[in-house]
Amino acid sequence: MSNDLSVTPAEQVSGPTTSPGSGGASRPGATSAGVPLRRRAGSRSGKGSRNRPNWGAGVAVTIWLLIVAIPLYVLVTASFQTQAGYAEGGPLSLPTTFTLDNFTNAFDQGFGRYFLNTLVVTVAVVGIVVLLVPPLSYAIVRNRSRATTGIFRMFLLGLAVPASAVIVPIFYVISVVGLYDNLIGVILPTAAFCLPICTIILSGSMRDITNELYEAMALDGASPRRVFMQLVLPLSKGGVATIVVYSALQAWNGFLFPLILTQSESTKVITLGLFNFQTQYGVNIPGLLAAVVMSMIPILLVYLFARRALVQGLMGVGGK
Amino acid sequence: MTTRAPQGRTRPGAADLQVGRPGVVWALPAALFFGLFALLPMVLVLVLSFTQWSGLGSPELVGTENWSRLLDDPVMLKSIGLSLVLTALGVVTQTPVAMLLGVWAAGHQWNRAVLSAIFFVPLLLSAAAVSVLWRAVLDPNFGVPAQMEWLFGDGNLFGNQSTAIAVLVFVSLWQFTPLHALIYQGAAKAVPPMLYEAAEIDGAGRVRSFFAITLPQLRNTMITSVILMVVGGLTTFDTVLILTNGGPGTDTTITAFYMYQKAFRGFDFGLASAIAVVLVVAATAISLVMVRLSGYDKMRSELEGV
Repeated sequence: MSNDLSVTPAEQVSGPTTSPGSGGASRPGATSAGVPLRRRAGSRSGKGSRNRPNWGAGVAVTIWLLIVAIPLYVLVTASFQTQAGYAEGGPLSLPTTFTLDNFTNAFDQGFGRYFLNTLVVTVAVVGIVVLLVPPLSYAIVRNRSRATTGIFRMFLLGLAVPASAVIVPIFYVISVVGLYDNLIGVILPTAAFCLPICTIILSGSMRDITNELYEAMALDGASPRRVFMQLVLPLSKGGVATIVVYSALQAWNGFLFPLILTQSESTKVITLGLFNFQTQYGVNIPGLLAAVVMSMIPILLVYLFARRALVQGLMGVGGK
Repeated sequence: MTTRAPQGRTRPGAADLQVGRPGVVWALPAALFFGLFALLPMVLVLVLSFTQWSGLGSPELVGTENWSRLLDDPVMLKSIGLSLVLTALGVVTQTPVAMLLGVWAAGHQWNRAVLSAIFFVPLLLSAAAVSVLWRAVLDPNFGVPAQMEWLFGDGNLFGNQSTAIAVLVFVSLWQFTPLHALIYQGAAKAVPPMLYEAAEIDGAGRVRSFFAITLPQLRNTMITSVILMVVGGLTTFDTVLILTNGGPGTDTTITAFYMYQKAFRGFDFGLASAIAVVLVVAATAISLVMVRLSGYDKMRSELEGV
């Protein structure tokens, strides 16, 4: 049922998107429009009608840029101002004061601890995902039995289960097994809810491995284990990178499970810390926003270095 | 659930037809883990909706009491209306913006790549960070409204229902448009360039090409994206929790938030489970209806043999 909507695009799209996406994505279009390799020199130099400057789009994009950038500007400038300076100048003015106190204060409020907890959750979630998903995807792609098809269906069904709708029974399960207010209790459901999308992403990239390669290894009499280690894993490195980045992002940004499954300072993660900070010190906007900036730094670093993996992964959510 | 249990072991022969194929065993750890922490709760939520449980001790069966209480609950009825309004507003605001941005970003110009990288940033932030940030930016005393009184009047956007709803819709637009734009971008890149060249030769302009080529080619993507928006819009409540806390009064208490409130503030887990069941059923039903109406499932069956 609900699996239908997820399977189809994978079949349709994976051909065209993955092959150009992996290499010269932009080449074919540009060359055929008559401006081969001129883009770096000045993209608007071509005179074909598709290369006319698009003023309407320019205006619309500028508006959207302002919408996206203004709050980010407020976020960064406010976090370096004193509370008095911020209150006086307002959020949009150029900053007149400069201080790092907001960041040191955030640490004093316990953000160092929250940071560490979030890191533990993230590493553990990524670990579980990386241990469970590659073998699963391998079986989905290579095992033709009905049991595997059933399991794949189950994961597609799971894709449609919104985490927020099952917080009550998850709270029940975690309480019954005695993991309430324990980071393990946060890790397990967080990892579980990463599985469907990660499975779909990784199975997609494993499907791109051609049959001939499998056959060659089968001729050598390779065991499934050897095929997995020597052929499948090395050739789906990109997919594995994507699920690592995706699950890390989910775990780092997770709010719902920590909200309902933890309560004490010692198990608090950073998103929950932000929420509590706001309810307690809502007036101290520079302090609050400094905490937000701190919570973002690791993600921005990952974004800088692994943008491709992340973007491919998120595109896969809809495209596959 | 039913497919998993009886077929735990490999059917003899099925996997061994060819050398080097992995057995079902490879899939089992992940399947069990997922079943335990994601699918079992789905079943449990239905069971819990017929019980009374305060979070301590064990749940007691109370029959349909929660359900009849739910039917008479005016806040519940109001929350359903609010959920539908917010979801609908989310879809009509995010879809056009995301589609245009996605198609725009699919172009090959370098400036588009650079700007897309900036547009993508909201998606990296946690829901908590986004909500805390916007709450601060829109703060009635220290935020943008206080600085731009000519635009925002008295500036307390959280003080009445219509502006509070507008804030929630706008923040969702800010937060989720990048994801959907990315989905559209992926699909727009997959449109064969030949189609555009042919249209150009026929003298079609940009607008014409968009409506005649891009839009029809993006149809399936649009369905996927809208379904994601509907399911997300009906079930997420973190933005509401942090931005408006359901207020003023119960004026932004959407159903998902009401469930959270009943469970984790009122400790009425039975009633909350009933609300959760309503949410899951509604989200699934809307998705299925959309799939049917759009003929998406028929396309699937054409490809089934491939």
